[in-house]
Amino acid sequence: MKRYTIKEISIGFVMFLILWIALALGVNKPILPSPLSVLPVFGKLIIGELGIHFLVSTIRVITAILAAVIAAVPIGLILGQMKALNRFFSPLISVLYAIPKIVLLPVVYVLFGISNFSKIFLISLIIFFQILVVVRDESAGLPEALINSVKSLGAGRLALLRFVYFPASIPAILTAVRVSIGTSLAVLFIAEQSLTEYGLGYFIIVRAYQALRYKEMYAGILAISLLGFLLYYLIDILEWKVSRHR
Amino acid sequence: MIKIQNLQFSYPDNISVFSGFNWNVKNGESWSVLGLSGSGKTTLLYMLSGLLKAKKGSLLIAGSQINRSRPETGFIMQDHGLLPWETVEKNIRLGFRIRKYYGPDGKHSPTSSKFDKQQETETVEYWLERLTINDLRDKYPSQISGGQKQRTAIARTMVLQPDLLLMDEPFTSLDLKTRDSLQNLILDLDKESTRTRITVTHNLEEAVFLGKRIIVIQRAGQDALIFENPGAGSSDFKNSRDYTRMCGQLRKVLESLK
Repeated sequence: MKRYTIKEISIGFVMFLILWIALALGVNKPILPSPLSVLPVFGKLIIGELGIHFLVSTIRVITAILAAVIAAVPIGLILGQMKALNRFFSPLISVLYAIPKIVLLPVVYVLFGISNFSKIFLISLIIFFQILVVVRDESAGLPEALINSVKSLGAGRLALLRFVYFPASIPAILTAVRVSIGTSLAVLFIAEQSLTEYGLGYFIIVRAYQALRYKEMYAGILAISLLGFLLYYLIDILEWKVSRHR
Repeated sequence: MIKIQNLQFSYPDNISVFSGFNWNVKNGESWSVLGLSGSGKTTLLYMLSGLLKAKKGSLLIAGSQINRSRPETGFIMQDHGLLPWETVEKNIRLGFRIRKYYGPDGKHSPTSSKFDKQQETETVEYWLERLTINDLRDKYPSQISGGQKQRTAIARTMVLQPDLLLMDEPFTSLDLKTRDSLQNLILDLDKESTRTRITVTHNLEEAVFLGKRIIVIQRAGQDALIFENPGAGSSDFKNSRDYTRMCGQLRKVLESLK
């Protein structure tokens, strides 16, 4: 995985601003203000109201990612090692994997109430299946020779999990999280649009869009984009750290 | 050290590999195991290591029946089996980490394990130096050559001070020069201890060079053939008449098995 440098990121950001300015000039309507008028608003709000919404959304999405990893990794490792169990559950997992989890939003609200927990649960659910599948496949695909050589050093099932299967799955876990970030933020955005008073989804739709405050709305869009970008970048760094041997 | 009696083994497709196999190995002996491909050489080694279970018969090592990996047995495989995400040094320490993980339970690690950190480090340093891989300690397996990987695998096994060393085609995938130097290294290591060593190889010259005793496995049900090769054990054995004669003799035996 290529790790982007600060220079490349800065160039990308400048290109993005140029594109935005061009589009704003071309469209020339209040719904698409220029970044030159949005950025000062963003700067002002992010150290105040918007900052709080940003923080709440960040906590929700990171908690969801961690919860999904903690739940999915052990199950994936077990399924990867137990062929019969994996064969049994595999059809079910492929059906569940394909369901767009956002449609379960009302069900989750009814079951768990309108709370932080329901939002986090829903995002976790999406990432859970992504991670489960990659961890399972990764640990099932490890070469037998490698497993045998570690067994010959005295490793039983638990030590194999600790020293071989788990570390071997880390890059795949990170890839799965990276792939899920986009969907997670989309679900977060939708889940935060109603029945809450905090979060970037709430800020963008309720506080800004519905009040026709377009500059504030774009400040919110920038904030959620920034969150996505920071998460991607964090995964990038972690991926780089764990794949130094490649 | 090893006492095998009436050993039986067959794979799930019911092809019998061993049927009534017997073999005795004394402490400190160095054996080579030869046989045609499919004769069960590797299967035998896997049973000795505890990675495969015999169907019937008894397989005793140091007086105990083998049902699982024995912590005092070291196993070096053709495909080194290093963890790709760990450095050379960390790979060498892997056995210590596994032992520490279980504690001295006698199953995964010897009951006599002490877990002295300083002693561990000294042992690791000794083997890094002894196998001339000290400069590579921070490299990952993908960054070093096949010979260096195998040296790392040897160090990883040797730090645990095995009393029985099993080697499965350890140098097959290496170039001639590297293979020569590692074969000589193995002979040097033999001289430094009373360890028992069993090397499975399809390479007849390697078998003659490394084994003071050579066992040729025949078809299931037939007794294995045993050859004495007392001249083996020094690097100039390859230039001797005994070596050439033994190679010739074994070649004929193997050809007759086809």
